[in-house]
Amino acid sequence: MARPRARHAWWRDTRWQGIALQALALVAIAAVGLWLAHNAIGALSRRHVASGFAFLGHTAGFGISQVLIPYTEESSYGQAMWVGLVNTLVVSAVSIVLSTLIGFVVGIGRLSGNWLVAKLCTVYVETLRNIPLLLQVVFWYFGVLQTLPGPRDSLALGSWIVLNNRGVYVPEVIFAPGSWLVVLALAVGLAVFFALYGWAQRLQRKTGRRPTIWWAAPLLVIGLPALALFVERVPFALSWPQLAGFSYEGGLQINSELAGLTIALSIYTAAYIAEIVRAGLVSVARGQREAAEALGLRRGLALRLVLIPQAMRVIIPPLASEYLSLTKNSSLAIAIGYPDLVAVFAGTVLNQTGQAIEILSLTMAIYLALSLVTSALMNLYNRAHALEGLG
Amino acid sequence: MKLRLFFLGLVAALALASTAQAGTLDNVRKNGFLRCGVSEGQPGFSNPDQRGNWTGIDVDYCRAVAVAIFNDPNKVRFVPVSFAERFTALQAGQFDILSHNTTWTMDRDVAQGLEFIGVDFYDGQGFMVRKSLGVNSALKLDGATLCTQTGTTSELNAADFFRAHKLKYKILVYQKASEYIAAYDAGRCDAATTDRSGLAGDRLKLKNPADHILLPETISKEPLGPAVRHGDQQWGDLCRWTLFALVNAEELGVNSRNVDAQLNSTSPEIRRLLGKEGAFGQELGLANDWAYRIVKRLGNYGEIYERGVGLNTPLKLPRGLNNLWNKGGIMYAPPIR
Repeated sequence: MARPRARHAWWRDTRWQGIALQALALVAIAAVGLWLAHNAIGALSRRHVASGFAFLGHTAGFGISQVLIPYTEESSYGQAMWVGLVNTLVVSAVSIVLSTLIGFVVGIGRLSGNWLVAKLCTVYVETLRNIPLLLQVVFWYFGVLQTLPGPRDSLALGSWIVLNNRGVYVPEVIFAPGSWLVVLALAVGLAVFFALYGWAQRLQRKTGRRPTIWWAAPLLVIGLPALALFVERVPFALSWPQLAGFSYEGGLQINSELAGLTIALSIYTAAYIAEIVRAGLVSVARGQREAAEALGLRRGLALRLVLIPQAMRVIIPPLASEYLSLTKNSSLAIAIGYPDLVAVFAGTVLNQTGQAIEILSLTMAIYLALSLVTSALMNLYNRAHALEGLG
Repeated sequence: MKLRLFFLGLVAALALASTAQAGTLDNVRKNGFLRCGVSEGQPGFSNPDQRGNWTGIDVDYCRAVAVAIFNDPNKVRFVPVSFAERFTALQAGQFDILSHNTTWTMDRDVAQGLEFIGVDFYDGQGFMVRKSLGVNSALKLDGATLCTQTGTTSELNAADFFRAHKLKYKILVYQKASEYIAAYDAGRCDAATTDRSGLAGDRLKLKNPADHILLPETISKEPLGPAVRHGDQQWGDLCRWTLFALVNAEELGVNSRNVDAQLNSTSPEIRRLLGKEGAFGQELGLANDWAYRIVKRLGNYGEIYERGVGLNTPLKLPRGLNNLWNKGGIMYAPPIR
């Protein structure tokens, strides 16, 4: 049914008025922005404050305690920025995985029929949500990890695991030339096996008959790499942690700064995720649970096959925002000396160059980009799992 | 917190445009007090006691400027600011002087919009280690882990030193003095590194100060001094000559106890310092007896030094380089004439 359109001039049309107002607002904001930028640039040059992004190419000259991409004191400030960014990504990614695992366990636990489990989970959530994160970061780092013995009195399980106040050391696999063949063999083996598995699934769905393929698994996933290992004469070596000089060297080292930050971020964020999971599960209609019971599904199976998949639609959007908070919260790293983006770039580099406006704009742009990517990934997942016809 | 810093940055850019014309001295007079940016707690330099009174060399210097302007050492508001935020905060106009154990470096002076007005403490970077480590030289720190604070020249100097001597090291950088000291005390690092005067103060905060020693090496020059915003010549002159007046007073033997008697001195140098001859104070925009007031209320440089970090303080720092040029040190001020 078409509405009869009022006959009056187009500029009195509320739709046009709306657009015009918004355009005006946009122009005004842009003008203010330009004016601010113009002012800032003029003022900075009058006061002899360097500006522009040329500093990114200058030599940094300082050391960083955790470097996962090539970096030395001779590298540039720009390279230091990447080192900090990678460190932020590492601590965020590991914490996202851990907090999700803990969060799901605790969230499901809160709905457990077991009184003790349910109460313990409630205490977990209520306690951790109500203590400021910075305090928790400082607690795990200074209160727990720094009370471990020093390098010379390390807690050690042979040379397999060494634990002291510097961090955790485990043997590290060293890839010699030729190791790529073994890795390739493993990848091919896995790919072929999954293709085979998919084929079997499809065949079963079509014909109801499932071919026996279990024999293929050890052959492809173990046999093929083993053959490559034999051909290349074991191109791997283990680097063992050893006490040398002041501390342990060799092996894979997880610094106590990374460990402390990861533990604090994971445990803290998990409390929020637990509540999101609980809300998601509660949102699933009671009938679904009863139907699952009627089918004779045990509780675990009912959760896995019926309840959680439906709860995920409620869980995903707030979960995404928890991931975003976690990434931003990782900037508390600076309190405990973990060299993340903020500590290295908006901390040390800013102080060496004094270019606050450039560095903080860049830092904020990077966090914005991280947030947008996280949101986009979670939206993709959400769309893939939305109810058909409702998405 | 970093947003705060960003905000400061923006304010700095804007504030610069507006304050470039108005003189800092006029603003200070209008406010009725001086705003002085100091460290958040550095024994001997700027440290609040239990009653909230600030003491130390950096603090006394700001009081001297306040006396020069207002004839009242209490007309100062101390603004504690972190190492990382201090320069941006000065630019943003959060205070009129930065008196914050700040090393005078070329980049800071030339490219960061600062104007260093002199040196009130000659320092150098050192290392502190546990005695039990059995290390007696920084050259034996190969493979060591160091702790320091962010926003200082220490990070760069340590890197230079270890690179120059082809030694391996790891450096952990904490945001606050309390955090870096806690990490060192817990044994997270083998050595703490910063300016020697800072280490002397930080050692007092450890559980067992006697278990720690400063290594003999001084690996850098750290001329510490106050700074103001670049571009206000009058303000820079006033702050610079306040510092020089303190040093000149010591050299001329004028101190807080004898300054009244010295008013009758026949020495032309003393007469010019105390405003009996010439119009040096007026040329700075102050009363002619500005230096008399400063010495009368706060003493000369030597008195400020002894009160802050001298042998009768917990820091027990000998004068060393900070002695007058004619007494074996390098503390030297241009003459008032």
